[in-house]
Amino acid sequence: MRVALFATCLVDLVRPSVGFAAVKLLEQAGCEVVVPPTQTCCGQPAYNNGDKQTAIRLAKQVVDSFYIYDYIVAPSGSCGGMIKIHYPEFLKDDSDYASKAADLAGRCYELTSFLVDVLKFESLDAPYDGQLTYHDSCSSLREMGIKHQPRNLLKSLNGCQLNEMADTESCCGFGGTFCIKYSAISTRMVDDKVNNIKESGADTLVAADLGCLLNIAGRIKRLGLPIKVFHVAEVLAGMAEGPGIGEDESS
Amino acid sequence: MKSSSLTFSKNAEQALLDTQLQRALDKVGSGFIDKRRAAMDALPEFEQLRHTAREIKEHTLAHLDEYLLRFEQQVLDNGGQVHWASTPKQATGIIVGLCREANAKKVTKGKTMVGEEVGLNEALQQAGISPVETDLGEYIIQLAEEPPSHIIAPAIHKTREQIGELFKQHHARYGLTQPLETVPAIVNEARQVLREEFIQADAGITGANLLIAETGSTVLVTNEGNGDLTASLPRMHIVIASIEKVVPTLEDATVILRLLARSATGQEITSYTSFFTGSKRETDQDGPEQFHVVLVDNGRTEMLGDEFHPMLRCIHCGACLNHCPVYGAIGGHAYGWVYPGPMGAVLTPLMIGLPQAPDLPQASTLCGRCAEVCPMSIPLPDLLRQHRFKLTEQHAVKIKPRMALAGWGFLAVRPGLYRWAMNWMTRLLHWASRGRGRLHKVPFAGGWTQSRDLPAPQGETFIAAWQRQQAKRKADNE
Repeated sequence: MRVALFATCLVDLVRPSVGFAAVKLLEQAGCEVVVPPTQTCCGQPAYNNGDKQTAIRLAKQVVDSFYIYDYIVAPSGSCGGMIKIHYPEFLKDDSDYASKAADLAGRCYELTSFLVDVLKFESLDAPYDGQLTYHDSCSSLREMGIKHQPRNLLKSLNGCQLNEMADTESCCGFGGTFCIKYSAISTRMVDDKVNNIKESGADTLVAADLGCLLNIAGRIKRLGLPIKVFHVAEVLAGMAEGPGIGEDESS
Repeated sequence: MKSSSLTFSKNAEQALLDTQLQRALDKVGSGFIDKRRAAMDALPEFEQLRHTAREIKEHTLAHLDEYLLRFEQQVLDNGGQVHWASTPKQATGIIVGLCREANAKKVTKGKTMVGEEVGLNEALQQAGISPVETDLGEYIIQLAEEPPSHIIAPAIHKTREQIGELFKQHHARYGLTQPLETVPAIVNEARQVLREEFIQADAGITGANLLIAETGSTVLVTNEGNGDLTASLPRMHIVIASIEKVVPTLEDATVILRLLARSATGQEITSYTSFFTGSKRETDQDGPEQFHVVLVDNGRTEMLGDEFHPMLRCIHCGACLNHCPVYGAIGGHAYGWVYPGPMGAVLTPLMIGLPQAPDLPQASTLCGRCAEVCPMSIPLPDLLRQHRFKLTEQHAVKIKPRMALAGWGFLAVRPGLYRWAMNWMTRLLHWASRGRGRLHKVPFAGGWTQSRDLPAPQGETFIAAWQRQQAKRKADNE
């Protein structure tokens, strides 16, 4: 089974360790992993900012790069949702790409969902000593239907305790360019999220989307709070020993 | 109503600093959201109902002209009259004309959002007719001379203390000397004063939650009973309603009513669900001598069949406002016009023009919670995105974000160039972070760094690192 990893632009640029963690998990589960080098971005920033033409060009680029593989897997529900839900919508009138996009959408998965729902890979023996709390990113939850998959995998880790925070399904205020255009509103939203994380008593925050994680980690670090932030793939792959997102490299 | 949607960002920033408002908004979460959830948990057939309601509305919208004409015929048969208004001005003109003909000087009003939409109170006042709001929330904001900040809870932005103070100030003429401290005291005070107004009123104006084509009835849901008194005590009852409120049958109305209160306040049904069918008949003990329905279009027929068509399914329950994290942070007034929250961010640009409200569809993370709770399955994030497409087509996006996105888009569709450029950028930012793992300030990223650190790239890009690792694996194997 050849699985093509769509690393996502944020993982590619900011946190390659998430990409390596995803590869490790997929290989552990018995997949042959390929990383098509022509991937850049799924086009969501263009799409959500009203630039449909650029979104269409990028969607076609992704379809061309990934179509030949058995599955396309992304460590992100947001980019995954773009490919799975939105590509078939906005390419539906394109005679060359409509059926390809719909076909690829059926083979597109978010990482934890792919591990649990497709590969039936439910338990990991990696140790993790700590108390985690999991933030449901909006697209993972509402577009991709991801809720129990990452939680089941996290609970299977040795020594890991999962503390649910209040309002875990509320948006963290990232929203792509929203957090820059409407910084004050976004800050209020991320503050609400950070308060809920603090109150959960967890020492580490995990989520399945790097956008949310950069936003929340950025706020946590600015506030100087002692909470570590990791992508769920890093924790599941036993690669959360080094510095968390936004942390000093020596830590 | 004059719009301040153009200054949305400034409105929002002020709202975030308004401590009274923030305290008032806390009620939204604990009140509406929890109650709705409890009501839905007790309604296993929610998805089925939602599906049926959507079909009813879509069927009605596909035959809107027929059902509206059938509704009109029924109203006529019941001794009432229907008036058609294409524009806000026509709507207010008709109502002012009816009041003048009936020599009405004082009118009581039930809550009507379409009344707000067409600027009814201002028009009545200009014509020398004094409108008295009788819904408690509406009454409060009428005293405060403010627009509603929520479509079902118009005074939700006010704290109890502010309301007590407001009553003290305005009810001194009725002998009130102390600020009222409890909710029952506030309700009782309003009731005493409004009772007199109900008796004196020459006409009553209400909105309608539904219009029923087969019977010519207008349906009104309230929790205070003020709608019934407004409709039945004065000698003339005027209903103002937008055209998409019509449904074919009583049976259809009940499906929507089952969803409406649960989605809005978490009640199974509101305290009062009133069906007004025509004027007073000979055998009736009381009721209005005249019954008028003013049907308002105001751009809705243009939405039929276009990309915003699903918005016409809206039953104004307010669930999208209650669950919207942006609404929850800034309240309704920041949106700057009649309809706030996600439904308002879709409707307002359609009604006052996108150039007058460009921020509204952009000021959303598209988190999707609104669509998740919408009882009519309106894809609100998709509709917000439709407005964003239009902003791009009209070159109405601000220059800085437009240039940034254009630059990024130029690179992203050229993978070779993109890889080269991004490798430089990530290394540069990594170097600039000096091992701290984050950046406190980044040029052109002020919107991010004014409240957040920017986690720094780990160094080279994933693709570059992966390719290097693969080459090494291959070399080791050989």
